[in-house]
Amino acid sequence: MKAAVLVFPGSNCDHDMYYALEKGIGADVEFVRHTEKSVAEYDAIFIPGGFSYGDYLRSGAIARFAPVMESVVEEAEKGKPVLGVCNGFQVLLEAGLLPGAMKRNKDLKFICRQVELRVEENSSLFTQDYQAGETIKVPVAHGDGNYYCDDETLASLKENGQIVFTYEDDVNGSRAGIAGIRNQAGNVLGMMPHPERAVEELLGSKDGLALFESMYKHWRESRVVTT
Amino acid sequence: MKKVHVYVTLKEGVLDPQGSAVARSLHALGYDEVQEVSVGKWIVVEVEEGPNLEARVTEMCEKLLCNPVIEDYSFSVEEAVSS
Amino acid sequence: MSLQLEPSAQQIKEEKVYQEMGLIDGEFAYIEKILGRLPNYTELGLFSVMWSEHCSYKHSKNVLKKFPTKSEAVLQGPGEGAGAVDIGDGQAAVFKIESHNHPSAVEPYQGAATGVGGILRDVFSMGARPIALLNSLRFGELDTPRVRYLFEEVVAGIAGYGNCVGVPTVGGEVQFDPCYKENPLVNAMCVGLIDQKDLQKGVAQGAGNTVMYIGASTGRDGIHGATFASEELTEESESKRPSVQVGDPFTEKRVLEACLEIIQSDALIGIQDMGAAGLTSSSAEMASKAGYGIEMNLDHVPQREHAMTPYEMMLSESQERMLIVVEKGREDEMKAICEHWELHAVEVGVVTEKQHLTLRHNGETVADIPVDALAEDAPEYNPPSAVPAYYKEFQAQTPWAPADVKPEETLVDLLARPTIASKEWVYDQYDYMVQTNTAVAPGAGAAILRIKDTDKGIALTTDGNSRYIYLDPERGGQIAVAEAARNIVASGGRPLGITDCLNYGSPEKPEIFWQIEKSIDGMSAACAKLNAPVVGGNVSLYNETPNGSIYPTPVIGMVGLVENIEHRTTSGFKADGDIIYVLGETKAEFGGSELQQMQEGSIFGPAPAIDLDVEAKRQENVLAAIQAGVVASAQDIAEGGLAVAVSEGIMGGTEGLGAEISFDEDASLLFSESQSRYVLTVPAEKRDQFEQLLPDVFEIGRVTSTENLHITTPAGDTLVNISREQLEQSWKGAIPCMVKSKA
Repeated sequence: MKAAVLVFPGSNCDHDMYYALEKGIGADVEFVRHTEKSVAEYDAIFIPGGFSYGDYLRSGAIARFAPVMESVVEEAEKGKPVLGVCNGFQVLLEAGLLPGAMKRNKDLKFICRQVELRVEENSSLFTQDYQAGETIKVPVAHGDGNYYCDDETLASLKENGQIVFTYEDDVNGSRAGIAGIRNQAGNVLGMMPHPERAVEELLGSKDGLALFESMYKHWRESRVVTT
Repeated sequence: MKKVHVYVTLKEGVLDPQGSAVARSLHALGYDEVQEVSVGKWIVVEVEEGPNLEARVTEMCEKLLCNPVIEDYSFSVEEAVSS
Repeated sequence: MSLQLEPSAQQIKEEKVYQEMGLIDGEFAYIEKILGRLPNYTELGLFSVMWSEHCSYKHSKNVLKKFPTKSEAVLQGPGEGAGAVDIGDGQAAVFKIESHNHPSAVEPYQGAATGVGGILRDVFSMGARPIALLNSLRFGELDTPRVRYLFEEVVAGIAGYGNCVGVPTVGGEVQFDPCYKENPLVNAMCVGLIDQKDLQKGVAQGAGNTVMYIGASTGRDGIHGATFASEELTEESESKRPSVQVGDPFTEKRVLEACLEIIQSDALIGIQDMGAAGLTSSSAEMASKAGYGIEMNLDHVPQREHAMTPYEMMLSESQERMLIVVEKGREDEMKAICEHWELHAVEVGVVTEKQHLTLRHNGETVADIPVDALAEDAPEYNPPSAVPAYYKEFQAQTPWAPADVKPEETLVDLLARPTIASKEWVYDQYDYMVQTNTAVAPGAGAAILRIKDTDKGIALTTDGNSRYIYLDPERGGQIAVAEAARNIVASGGRPLGITDCLNYGSPEKPEIFWQIEKSIDGMSAACAKLNAPVVGGNVSLYNETPNGSIYPTPVIGMVGLVENIEHRTTSGFKADGDIIYVLGETKAEFGGSELQQMQEGSIFGPAPAIDLDVEAKRQENVLAAIQAGVVASAQDIAEGGLAVAVSEGIMGGTEGLGAEISFDEDASLLFSESQSRYVLTVPAEKRDQFEQLLPDVFEIGRVTSTENLHITTPAGDTLVNISREQLEQSWKGAIPCMVKSKA
């Protein structure tokens, strides 16, 4: 699997994502700078966490206009897997690839800790290796992770099974406890918790690994079909 | 030159945790008359004069300066003092 | 913009303008002698910052020479941006601690944030990628809105900067004492990782080579920061607010990445951070170290404000700036790297044979000073020292013992003391996991980072109990180093080296200078005995307000090597049935203890005793036992004594566990702060092997499967019987509760 890890000025989980993909599923990983024009050659696109453009103005608001994003949107619309984690999720929201917006955490403080997530669905390419309803341990580290959407959007997220992960406890004030959502087509996932930080027991949890393994499996299977 | 003052606030109905925190602090300081506080952003954009100024600024707001999912904006234009 | 008229050289002398910049008559006369003429205003500014305590260590240089600075592990001792120690596999840990006390007292968020920024640059200017941040913070007890504000904002500032740059804040300590009420301490430490072959030095050599400026533009912020840090805090300090710089972590991140790329280029000759005293110290120090000079054209310095004078540009402490020296003709390579990161990279000067710092502005020479005069020739003082009256009194006192201790109540109260209480509220705000190396997270005595692609890890801690040092500087100095080393050892590491942040009051007061001398004697002895030399650090003097001085507070930042990451050990109890041991004797030692402060509202009497030979031997044995794989949990016994240590073992342990302890001494000794002690737990089947390695341990109880701490006398009387939940309520609830308090 040829994986692109996007690097915006201020991205800081880019190396972590690279390491998790390489060590975790043996992906062929490359960093792709924000100034690149195309991500068409990659099998999957990863938008890492961090503080792109310092999170100035709004988290993800400036990054979404970086040159590389045009191609990301194009590829996403074609059905290529796109995973945005933390700041990457915020970029996907700002870019309109996912519905809703992020506000500051309800207690206004940055939060870094291991949290428990509930896997709400296991039908997508990101979650096929999980059990639906399973509880997993994945860390969060964010200041703006308080997911917001209006009632109508929430209803449609629920109806279409787009809510992928929810927090077991109220971590940041997110609506309906939402920690991660996908698009209707199921190929774009945005999540605040960091699965790339949860791929080794040494660091406290390897519950995030199944997400990358699911993506890998999906890629392998889709290749069998096309070749 | 024109100076455009853009005000970005959370939409009505969207919970404003910063505003509530400031309101609580003001109450703690004894300002019991405080009813509600909302916290937003004030962005000053200096622009060259041209046609469609207002339309262009509206576009800037909707594209970048404001996130219409949670935020509202308004702006006013003033003559900039040349430096 | 109206031109601010600078005083003429003659006016400077006649009206003693230099005094406003912190220079004294004798120093001014010395400057006149060095130059053979009167300095102009710009030149005087250069001298005043370079000869400030912060840059020149003029009051402390001689006592600092006492520290041992060499060992087989030391690759770079004091004198560079940061020190470096060998961690095997051709790699080095590069680290330094620095204070940002004065700026944080005035503007806590930005003061703390820029403190983090500065220490990061010290480390990456050595060529190392920063992999961890730690801190050591001191505040008043959280009993006034002002103190709570300082505390909350400092923590937010550290978080805001470190999180954004993407360097995990993995550890640290926070202590609270009334002596820091108006003068908080904010010490930040950074640790970097590098291949030894890539270690860089800040030198400017080779006449004709190019001096380049990288990073953020220069504004008027922070002018005279270094001299500000060398004065007492007064009401006027508030009005000096413009002096405080504002940090931009986003730019720092780009400067970091650009510098790490630049360092890989063989065109680079030297690199240094523009930290305290900005452009002045970076240029003068780089030239002086190399035996060359620098001629700079200030017209080329990127400026953020209009009509800046040479004085302002040279003294500005705008953040996120670096000065590099590059082989002539290869400037474009550096520019290309910087452009990639959207940063300025500008040629501002050349290295010269003549060993002068020469500044040109608008076609005129505005300063021309021998570089060594700035960087090396600051006066050195041997301030008078006098034994303070309080010390004599304390030494003569009969040791204090607590009155009428109700063990359970006392334990609950001690756990809620902010110094002892859980710091979760603090470290939850720090991203301590980014870079995915954090194997032991904050909350432990030492943090442990694995080093990717090796089996090893490094253990990191900051420590320094100033109460013991105040009571008895020499003994307290020994304890500070020993305790930091205990934290490293109990986590499974071997101490390699130290960076120290020496926070004291005014050295011009003989009693304070005595504290400095004696505590350094004590620390030096412990460093030598524990083979943990000092590889760098920082001195912060004049930590006083009109209401008095802080306690002498040298903070020890220590780095240790965990040879195999599997040896990492934490303090939490692991399994039902594990045997609980205490290593070391418990005596009635309460001088400077948390219990004494809690009961009496002050501390007095002699500090706990320490025997460095015993200390070293025990550290060796504990590490051997851990490396032999027979220890389940380990923790040194510190503030609050044995009862607190065991409580922390339960609260930090596997869920569902408790402890049954038999204590055959007077109940008050549960809270004694005798030194060189540990609580260790051992699986029952490893008892024999453990006791062979550590024959002088006392078995005190067992880990149980009831979530409860039960301490009894040998006769079976209950001293403490309390649930884990109650312990946690007190320990975890204390700080959030104090912060929310509106009193």
